[in-house]
Parts: sequence; C-alpha cells; structure tokens
Amino acid sequence: MNFDYNEEQQLLADSVRRFLAKDYGFEARKKIVSSEDGWSAEVWAQLAEMGLTGLPFSPDFGGFGGGAVDLMGVMEAAGDALLVEPYLPTVMAGQFVARAGSDAQKKAMLPLVVEGKLKLAFAHTEKGARYNLSRVSASAKSSGAGWEITGEKAVVLGAAAAGRLVVSANTGKGMSLFLVDAKDAKLKSYVTLDEMRAADVVLKGAKGELLGTEGGALALVEEVVDFATALLCAEAVGAMKFTCDTTLEYLKTRKQFGVTIGTFQALQHRMVDMYVSYEQAKSMACLACSKVDSPADAKDRARAVSAAKIKVADNARHISQEAIQLHGGMGMTEEMKVSHSFRRLTMIAQQFGDAEHHLARFARLS
Amino acid sequence: MDLNYSQDESAFRDEVRGWLKANLPQDLRDKIANYEELSRDDLLRWHRILAKKGWVAPAWPKEWGGTDWNVVQRYIFEEECGFAGTPPLIPFGLSMCGPVLLRFGTPEQKKRFLPQIYNGEVFWCQGYSEPGSGSDLASLKMKAERQGDHYLCNGQKIWTTLGHYADWIFCLVRTDSSLAKRQEGISFLLIDMKTPGITVRPLILMDGGHEVNEVFFENVKVPVENLIYEEGKGWTVAKYLLGHERMNTGRIGASKRELAKLKDFAAKQAGDDGRPLTEDPRFRDKLTRVEVELMALEITNLRFLDQMRRSGQPPGADVSMLKIKGTEIQQALTELSMQAVGPLAQPFKAVANDPDFDRFTAGLAPRYCNFRKTSIYAGSNEIQRNIISKMTLGL
Repeated sequence: MNFDYNEEQQLLADSVRRFLAKDYGFEARKKIVSSEDGWSAEVWAQLAEMGLTGLPFSPDFGGFGGGAVDLMGVMEAAGDALLVEPYLPTVMAGQFVARAGSDAQKKAMLPLVVEGKLKLAFAHTEKGARYNLSRVSASAKSSGAGWEITGEKAVVLGAAAAGRLVVSANTGKGMSLFLVDAKDAKLKSYVTLDEMRAADVVLKGAKGELLGTEGGALALVEEVVDFATALLCAEAVGAMKFTCDTTLEYLKTRKQFGVTIGTFQALQHRMVDMYVSYEQAKSMACLACSKVDSPADAKDRARAVSAAKIKVADNARHISQEAIQLHGGMGMTEEMKVSHSFRRLTMIAQQFGDAEHHLARFARLS
Repeated sequence: MDLNYSQDESAFRDEVRGWLKANLPQDLRDKIANYEELSRDDLLRWHRILAKKGWVAPAWPKEWGGTDWNVVQRYIFEEECGFAGTPPLIPFGLSMCGPVLLRFGTPEQKKRFLPQIYNGEVFWCQGYSEPGSGSDLASLKMKAERQGDHYLCNGQKIWTTLGHYADWIFCLVRTDSSLAKRQEGISFLLIDMKTPGITVRPLILMDGGHEVNEVFFENVKVPVENLIYEEGKGWTVAKYLLGHERMNTGRIGASKRELAKLKDFAAKQAGDDGRPLTEDPRFRDKLTRVEVELMALEITNLRFLDQMRRSGQPPGADVSMLKIKGTEIQQALTELSMQAVGPLAQPFKAVANDPDFDRFTAGLAPRYCNFRKTSIYAGSNEIQRNIISKMTLGL
C-alpha cells in the first residue's frame, strides 16, 4: 500500500504545475479562450516539450509507456489551471491507435502524436444515444481498399484542432472503428460551457481506414472510455482543489459586519464539508486510475471507474455550488476564476456519463 | 501508487481473519448478527479471549502487553474485527484510561491498574459529560474538594456508557473554581464505583435499550493517590486522549459487513412491483451511493494511514473527517435497512411471548433510532467540523 506518486511522477507533476502557474495564469488563459482557435499552439508545444503528449504511449514510438497513475498528477495540474488545450481528447483517441492499431498505423501516427505534431479526437457520441456507448447509427461501407463513413457525431471535443478522428460506425459485422482525416469531415464547431472547443461532425461517405478488427469494437470503446474517465476524475480533483482553496482564501479575506466571514460557523462548516468532499473524490480518482492500469478483469475496471465517476460527479456539483454560494455575488461574475471552475466542474459531472448513468452501470456490474 | 496491501500485510490480514473465524464463539456471533444487546459477561468474555491471545491492547507498549504492530496492522486488526462481527472492545479501559496511565500514571498507578485493564478484570466507564456540559466540556462543575488524604466529590455525570456494568470510572472534576481560565481548575480522578455515595440511574434510549446512565456523586471520598498527573492538569490529560483516537474511527469493517447484509436481505424483499427491491432503481441508487461513499472512505482512511506511517505523526484532525463520514454511512445503512422492509418496520416487540415474532425485522427500526447517537457522541459531528475548521483550514 502506497499512495504517493513516485519520484518521476512527482517531478513531472511539479514541472507541469510550475509551467502552468507561470504561463497559464487566469489572464493568459482568458486570451487563449477568446482567440480564434480557442487553444494555444505555444502552450501545446510546451506540453509536448515536457513529454506530456508522449507520456501514455510506448517507448517504441518515442513515448514513456505511462499509465493512468502516471498521468494523474498532470491531470490534476490541468484541472487546477482549467487547461483548455485538447490534451485529453488526443491522449484518449491515441489510445485506440496504441491498443488496436496495426503496426503500420502506429508507426505512421504515434510518433507524430508523441512529438505534439498530430492531435486527435474521438468521434463517437451521437444525438439520441445519451451515454449509451453501444448506440451508434453511423455506418461504414466497404469501398475498394478502404471504407466510406456516413453519419453524424455530436460534441466531439478537440475536433477542430485534430488532424485525424477516430470514428465509430457500424459495418455488417457490428460496431467498428475508423481513422478519418479531419479535412474529410464537415465540422460545426462551437465553444462549450467550460470554454473548450468541440464540434458536431458530419460525415458523408468520408474516407475511412479500419482501426482494429471489423465488428465488436464496443469492448475496446468501453476500455478506452474508462481510461479517459479515470483521467477526467483526476482532472476534476485538481479543479476541486482549486475551487476549495480559492473559497477558503475568500473566507479569510472578505469582511462583513467588521469581521472576516470565515469567522462565521455557518460558513466554516460548509467549507469543511467541501474539503471532505474533495478528499473523498481524490480517493476515488486514485482507485479509478489504479484500476484502469491493472484491473483483475474488465468488470473490475468498469466497477471502479463507475464508482469513481458517481462520487466525482456528486462531489463536483457539491463543491462547485457551495463555492459560488460562499463567494456571494462575486462568484457569479466572469471576473472570478471560481465561476470558470464552476463551469468546468459542472460539465465534468456530465462528461462520459453522469452520476445516474454510472449508478445504473455499477448496479448492472454487481 | 499501489492501493493493495503488501504481501506481508495481506498475510497478516489472513492470519487475523482466520483466527477470528476460529475463535469468535458462535453465540456471540449470533447475538451480534441479530443486533441483540450484549451483557457484561459477553463483553468481558470476548475481551479475555483476546487478552489470552495477546491481541487485546495492540497499541500499548510491548512491556505492558502491546503487540508492536504498526499503524497499518492495527487498522487491519480493528477492521477485521468489525467485518467479522466481534463484540466491541469497550474503549474506556483499553483505549482511554490505559493510554492515560501509560502517559501520566505513576509507577504504582500503572502497576495497580494496567494489568487489571489488560486482563479484563475490571470494567471501566468514562465520566466526562454533565447535564450542563456536553460539547462545552470545559464548563464542567462536578466538584472535588481536597480534604487531607482524599477528595470529597459532589456532582453529576451523564451519558455514562455502560456505567451500570462498571467497576471504576475515570472523571474530569473541578478542583479549583476560582480560576479565570476554566480549563485550569480541572483534574483527572479515578473513582471506584463501589464507594459510598455513588448512585447510577439508567437512561433508557428511544430504542428501549439501556446503554447510558446518569451517575450521581454525593460526598464521595476518593483517595488522593487516585489523582492522575497533577491537580489542575486534568485538561491536559483530556486533550492527550483526544489525540489518541483509535484507527477505526470510520468503522469501515463493520459498515462493510452491514452493507453486505443489507444487500443480501434487500434482495429477498419484494418491491412494489413484486420484483426484488434491489432491482428498484430508486432503492438501488440510494444503496449504491452509500456503497461508493464507503469505498471512498476506506481509501481515504488508508491514505491517512499511509501518511501517518511515513511521517510518524499522530493523525490529528483527519480523524474528525473519518468520524463524520463513518457515522453518516452507519446512519444511512441503518436507515436503508429499515426502509428495505417497508411496512414491516413497524412491529417493535411482541406483547405475549410469541415464538414466531420476527425479532430481526423488528430490530431494524430501533437500530435506526439507536444509530442517531453516532453523529452526537464522541464529539458531535459539528464539533468535528469545528476541529477541522480550526486545525486544518485555519479558520
């Protein structure tokens, strides 16, 4: 039993934190968010420089062969800084290539991903499918040596920044995955509530390259979504920590009735409950990341991730709502970073399945 | 990061689990499983079985019978006891008076009291709270006046858990009421419950059970040699005890057992549509949320232990978090158990001696009532929040 990060993990997390503290302050982030692309090429280059884009990929392709636990500290730092660059989408979609790609596909793509030269996105969710990973109506039909993909995908995070998309579509043999060049897809881009970039992706006979075996992709989709969900839980923990810390700071400085409002017991107890919520969520993020790295089996992994997401979703809501309440009117304004962490935590609660979705999934797996 | 126990720790857990399985008497196991009240004999019998094995006071120094286990082993032992459903080890002697004697007792006091505590020869209780002094303990009024070789004690204690079983009581008393700082006039006294002038009156709780009492002291003479540490330094002793909390404040082992039991019997209850209650999404989701909260608490507890093991520092305010969450979980489990049986939660006790009366089901609602105490006792959950607020958050 050991809950510490090892030296490498700690050093990396520290250097990411230092970089983000220096170059990704609230004002710098504001500029990035309001820029045309909504993400910063300089920041992305720095992330690659620090080895983050190579972290979860094999040394065969220039990466470091890390797992979710190795990424935890990085994700916490990203959550703290409210990083909007499409890191998780790239890491996540890259996992499909790493886990199911042919040697040629891996050789062609992963070194570029590791070097930060290629960004990816996972285009899976469709309108009407809600959180059900098996509901896909996009279809793929064989065409010469390749495939033609037709369908519409919703809320594909990082789509506009991505060079290639990992797209799910049905063939006669069931759900399969395809690599599609982003330029072959039509994107309807937008800014999300938490200031990231996403798009609805329209594919009309887009050229696709089969990734992995034809049919039966659901198990892999679940595996990689669980991996990404564990990372999202770690990111949430970082955002929760920021939210708690900044609220505590506010309680210690804001004065009313001639005293700092942190002297009021009604507020002290709510602040304590926020920290308890954070600690409980952190524990579950540790569980999720450990289990996706070394599960006994798929069910063991899925149960741990769903349990973690239930807790993270519930506690993200608790912490973010209380933070705004304790900040009073100021918390409502765009000027305060806490209103942005509120937005991020609110969206995290619903990303990859809300608490209710994971409650049902957890019960199915019991 | 590795959330699993090491090989040695797993082997230790298996050893404890195996030993408990072989040595927990069946009649005690059944009483616990059926939520029956335990007698003084039941409690002492289990105490003595553990004393004989050498496991009754793991945290004590080796020379007084301790086991030399590290914090993780102590945690494993306590959680395995909870999971196996052993009778509780009553903390007043082993975890409260004992550590106080070890830290502040004279050699004579140690020799006189520690072996009796270890072997379960005397039953101890705690005299802290008074009618006017609950959370505000330092306002206590029970008077102890020095008269030659003894103190003359007058006053009242309340919420004295198992005082009706006890041979001895340790009390916080006021030896000087003239001081401006009220913490300074308090002393720590050991009192023989057979001393003339002591009256124990039961306080029956709303579940019908007799656990707590009022204890009245009228001109009770306590020999001066029963004073622990110095006169007027009782608050120092009391504070030391607060920092000496046990590792199983979260009661995770016991809650795991209760959760498994609840799942098992809820699956046998029919929901409104006739299907098992555990398939009713509304009930099922409430159950899962408690299960997840318990998983989170277990890992949180292990994280704190891991920190403690590294730093060698006592747990501090973290224990307060375990108390808050642990008791919330215990209460949620008793509430769901009661809700699981629906209208059948209403029967309480048979009027005539009816052998068919379902005592287990009838015990669920009283147990729910009883467990409301957990967020009040041992420092109410609001006091725990005050502690975290002050110690951890600096508010």
